[in-house]
Amino acid sequence: MATAKRTIWAYRRENGRVGVRNYVVILPLDDISNAASEAVAAHIKGTIALPHAYGRLQFGEDLELHFRTMIGTGANPNVAACIVIGIEPQWTQRVVEGIAKTGKPVAGFSIEGNGDIATVAAASRKAKEFVHFATGKVREECPLTDLWVAAKCGESDTTTGLASCPTVGNMYDKLVPAGLYGCFGETSELTGAEHLAAARAATPEIADKFMRTWTAYQRDVIEAHKTSDLSDSQPTKGNIAGGLTTIEEKALGNLEKIGKQVRFIDVLQPAEAPSHGPGLYFMDTSSAAAECCTLQAAAGYVVHCFPTGQGNVIGNPIMPVIKISGNPRTVRTMSEHIDVDVSGIVRREMTIAQAGDALIETIVQTANGRFTAAEALGHREFVMTKLYRSA
Amino acid sequence: MTRQPQLLVHDHRDNVGVVVVENLKSGTDILGVVTEDNSEIHAVCNQDVPIGHKVALRDLAVGDSVTKYGQDIGRVVAPIRRGDHVHTHNLKTKRW
Repeated sequence: MATAKRTIWAYRRENGRVGVRNYVVILPLDDISNAASEAVAAHIKGTIALPHAYGRLQFGEDLELHFRTMIGTGANPNVAACIVIGIEPQWTQRVVEGIAKTGKPVAGFSIEGNGDIATVAAASRKAKEFVHFATGKVREECPLTDLWVAAKCGESDTTTGLASCPTVGNMYDKLVPAGLYGCFGETSELTGAEHLAAARAATPEIADKFMRTWTAYQRDVIEAHKTSDLSDSQPTKGNIAGGLTTIEEKALGNLEKIGKQVRFIDVLQPAEAPSHGPGLYFMDTSSAAAECCTLQAAAGYVVHCFPTGQGNVIGNPIMPVIKISGNPRTVRTMSEHIDVDVSGIVRREMTIAQAGDALIETIVQTANGRFTAAEALGHREFVMTKLYRSA
Repeated sequence: MTRQPQLLVHDHRDNVGVVVVENLKSGTDILGVVTEDNSEIHAVCNQDVPIGHKVALRDLAVGDSVTKYGQDIGRVVAPIRRGDHVHTHNLKTKRW
């Protein structure tokens, strides 16, 4: 297959993974380290801070998810080097050690006993070293199928299930058998299509694991907290404006993202890195766009395919997000946000297979360094998933 | 395709289709295409229906199931005639 033999120009990292961006990340461990992290990023050009809201007094599974997300973000191959800043040294060091397993340069700084100003000075000096390291890296020719490409759809409408999600599915059907890592999530948003999703698991054991994960989300998240039929949240107001009426209808369109043939080979916890080799993975995530993308980037995915109907504008700070839309009105009224226009599908001027090829072409261009719409527009949504209240 | 379809239907089992053109007016004789095999269907819409919204392909009674992608997407909560706009006013989820 010709597409599977394509190559890209990308960064081969110390651990062998392929990155398509070359960030020096200033990563705050916790909310109160955002100010120092942003000060370093403002001082040293070529760095990016990832401020967020959490990291204090978390415990149990929620704390483990916090560490997994922090370490995974720093470890992502789109990150050349990473500075971690936290209020206390112990947890800061835990994240540093986790990222260091990749072999990339990483250093931690803690604020307590030093203050913001001394911390920023020391971290800035190290960040400058890391910028020289990163900008000295040269892109190499790598197989396209060395990429890890995640997917999630948002502000969906009925055209999502007709055009943009099948486009992503066609890409997975072409590239996953050749060695690509894929990922879909959105546990609650498979409701109504969960039986079809389970049927796409590679083995009965994986199907059982998927159904246990889906059932737990229904019981522990949806049923435990709902106060209505969720008709204002799932589907969203935007989904309803776009013609989607029920969660079942939305889920069936959503599932079109995994194509017609490829089967998923494991069920991942949020932000868990896949560990069973190339293939499609399901990850247990919220269906909120920024949360899902942040978890997929933390799992190691380096490019994202995002089908949208009504026009979600999401981006991610370390993982380029490619927008695909098949809604002729959206590609006209929100053209600056759409990377791949597949509205020809609903006019019957373009086949799903042609749309899949167009998406693969955009993945290649994006991997080679071309900005996505979300990157050009400055979308850097970094949103940690929190499982419950802190102690 | 000789003419651009105004309605797309995923599956022959479906009793609704999706409007894929803007400004579809009440009374329009709609050309629909079933995407699984490119066969054509025809219907007349009874209301103005926005792009992306659904049109019924047959009469449906309260309690009937609406089928799209060949799958159950919810229950009818108000009577529906062939050609009617199908949305939150006459279709509800069977889940949560």
